[in-house]
Amino acid sequence: MPDSSLPPDATPPLRVTVDLNRCQAYAQCCYAAPGHFVLHGREALFYDPAPSSSARLAIERARVSCPVQAIRVEDPERQGR
Amino acid sequence: MRSMDAERKNTGGHTVVVGASLAGLRGAEALRRAGFAGRLTLVGDEPHRPYDRPPLSKSALTGEVAPEATVLPNLHALAADWRLGVAATGLDRQAREVRLADGTTLSYDRLLIATGSRARSWPNPTEAGLAGVHTLRGRDDAAALRQALAPGPKRVLIIGAGFIGCEVAASCRALDRAVTLIDPGPAPLARILGQPVGEIVAALHRALGVDLRSRTKVARLEGNEAGRVVRAILEDGNVVETDLVVVALGAVRNTEWLSGSGLDAGPGGVVCNEAGHALDTEGRPDRAIAAAGDVARFPHPLFDGRPVALEHWGHAVAQGEHAGRLLAGEANETDYAEMPAFWSSQGGITIKSVGLTEGADSMVFAQGSPKEGRFVVVYGAKGRCIAAVSFDSARWLPAYAEQIAARAPFPPICGGTDEHNLTVLSPGFPEKRTSP
Ligand SMILES: Cc1cc2nc3c(=O)[nH]c(=O)nc-3n(C[C@H](O)[C@H](O)[C@H](O)COP(=O)(O)OP(=O)(O)OC[C@H]3O[C@@H](n4cnc5c(N)ncnc54)[C@H](O)[C@@H]3O)c2cc1C
Ligand code: SF4
Repeated sequence: MPDSSLPPDATPPLRVTVDLNRCQAYAQCCYAAPGHFVLHGREALFYDPAPSSSARLAIERARVSCPVQAIRVEDPERQGR
Repeated sequence: MRSMDAERKNTGGHTVVVGASLAGLRGAEALRRAGFAGRLTLVGDEPHRPYDRPPLSKSALTGEVAPEATVLPNLHALAADWRLGVAATGLDRQAREVRLADGTTLSYDRLLIATGSRARSWPNPTEAGLAGVHTLRGRDDAAALRQALAPGPKRVLIIGAGFIGCEVAASCRALDRAVTLIDPGPAPLARILGQPVGEIVAALHRALGVDLRSRTKVARLEGNEAGRVVRAILEDGNVVETDLVVVALGAVRNTEWLSGSGLDAGPGGVVCNEAGHALDTEGRPDRAIAAAGDVARFPHPLFDGRPVALEHWGHAVAQGEHAGRLLAGEANETDYAEMPAFWSSQGGITIKSVGLTEGADSMVFAQGSPKEGRFVVVYGAKGRCIAAVSFDSARWLPAYAEQIAARAPFPPICGGTDEHNLTVLSPGFPEKRTSP
């Protein structure tokens, strides 16, 4: 299945979701990976669902820093289909 | 040496998952995690790998995220066959076969039904077919709507002030588009949150600049010679000039493909037992089949076993995972009892809910106040807490979720520093909607 969101030959992006039921807007992820996680208003967490693989370290930092473990990441370099 | 457990486990054979979205993906992963080593096939009528829908009415409309960027992370290696872009059209339980739209069949040993729901369309097909009339469910819908918003339509008319209608209205205002939001109810979201909270949502949308018309219905949509929508005629005789209409009248469960299968499935969903196995029309569970997510209707143990069908993201994840374990032979003795929960964000405000408000006979503002714009409302029925809803006050919710699970008495004991005398109000739910 070609993925239409990718230019040919590009490294596939990471895949991120946040369980926003769980998220308590503590904003640790926003400090760990600024730009990829941003709080809009008091509690609305906005996140980039497809950060480029070069942001791997920052995203991983965000994932482990979340006090309620709401962040899930798929790293295509580390996983099969 | 094989343990009892391993013998009960289903580690081989062919498992078919129909519906390749949130519940189907999380179900397939849970199946693998539980040790299922057989063949796994995911069937989805959309051409896309599973993707996330919540951004589609929020950041994907405002342009912060591209609609095609919300592909869901795969959290466990699946080693699956993907049959994407092909719908399941029938189920033969005697032959244990799923029929597909391309004429092929898939035989299964175990089947997960996760076909979710779709947007209810405008009831008049000619009017629904006018150019400029949209619904929003999938990422292609979001892309089309985003494109239609770009040139700056004269006015966006949103029909239906449920969660998706309200979120789309707020997103359109963030893009500075003129918006009219119409609903027959007394206030937006009143059917779910009750009238007092609905009034707060109404004030929020008015402050965003939405032209909100409650207690009003659209009688018909009119097009020009080119077949483009140009106006809506309301039942009260008023006219709204519009060139972009979003029909947000709720969802319809995708169960048509199950007709003739002998399963108890229809507009109310696929009827399941407590464990999550699908029931046949005689009420007998088919232990080869489970259902999960938007499409499933099941008796909820936290709410007196009342049959419910929940259209929430967290529910699709939790019930999908439960169904995966069930089909792998791991969850046979356990009933699915996840506390219902959802969130919505509109106009920078985050609304979160735990429990179910349906059937509430009373409510209190338990923390904060509408004036501050941050508060928690707790809903009660027959003297017990059944739901809590927060506006920008999510940190209170886990404690209320515990009280609801424990069937704590209503009004709740709030504690905390801002405890005040609680005034018990009536939620004043409007009548059930019978037509748009
Ligand atoms: C715009 C939008 C915003 C939302 N926002 C929120 C939110 O903020 N918070 C929240 O809690 N929830 C939200 N939701 C709800 C949440 O996304 C759903 O509850 C969730 O997607 C349900 O997942 P599911 O897998 O059960 O069903 P679905 O996501 O509906 O997936 C079912 C899949 O099965 C496919 N299918 C259907 N019939 C067939 C067939 N016969 N053969 C093969 N495939 C078939 C469908 O095309 C679809 O891909 C939102 C939903 C939408 C549409
Ligand atoms: S760190 Fe976790 S809880 Fe905090 S904002 Fe990020 S996702 Fe939410």
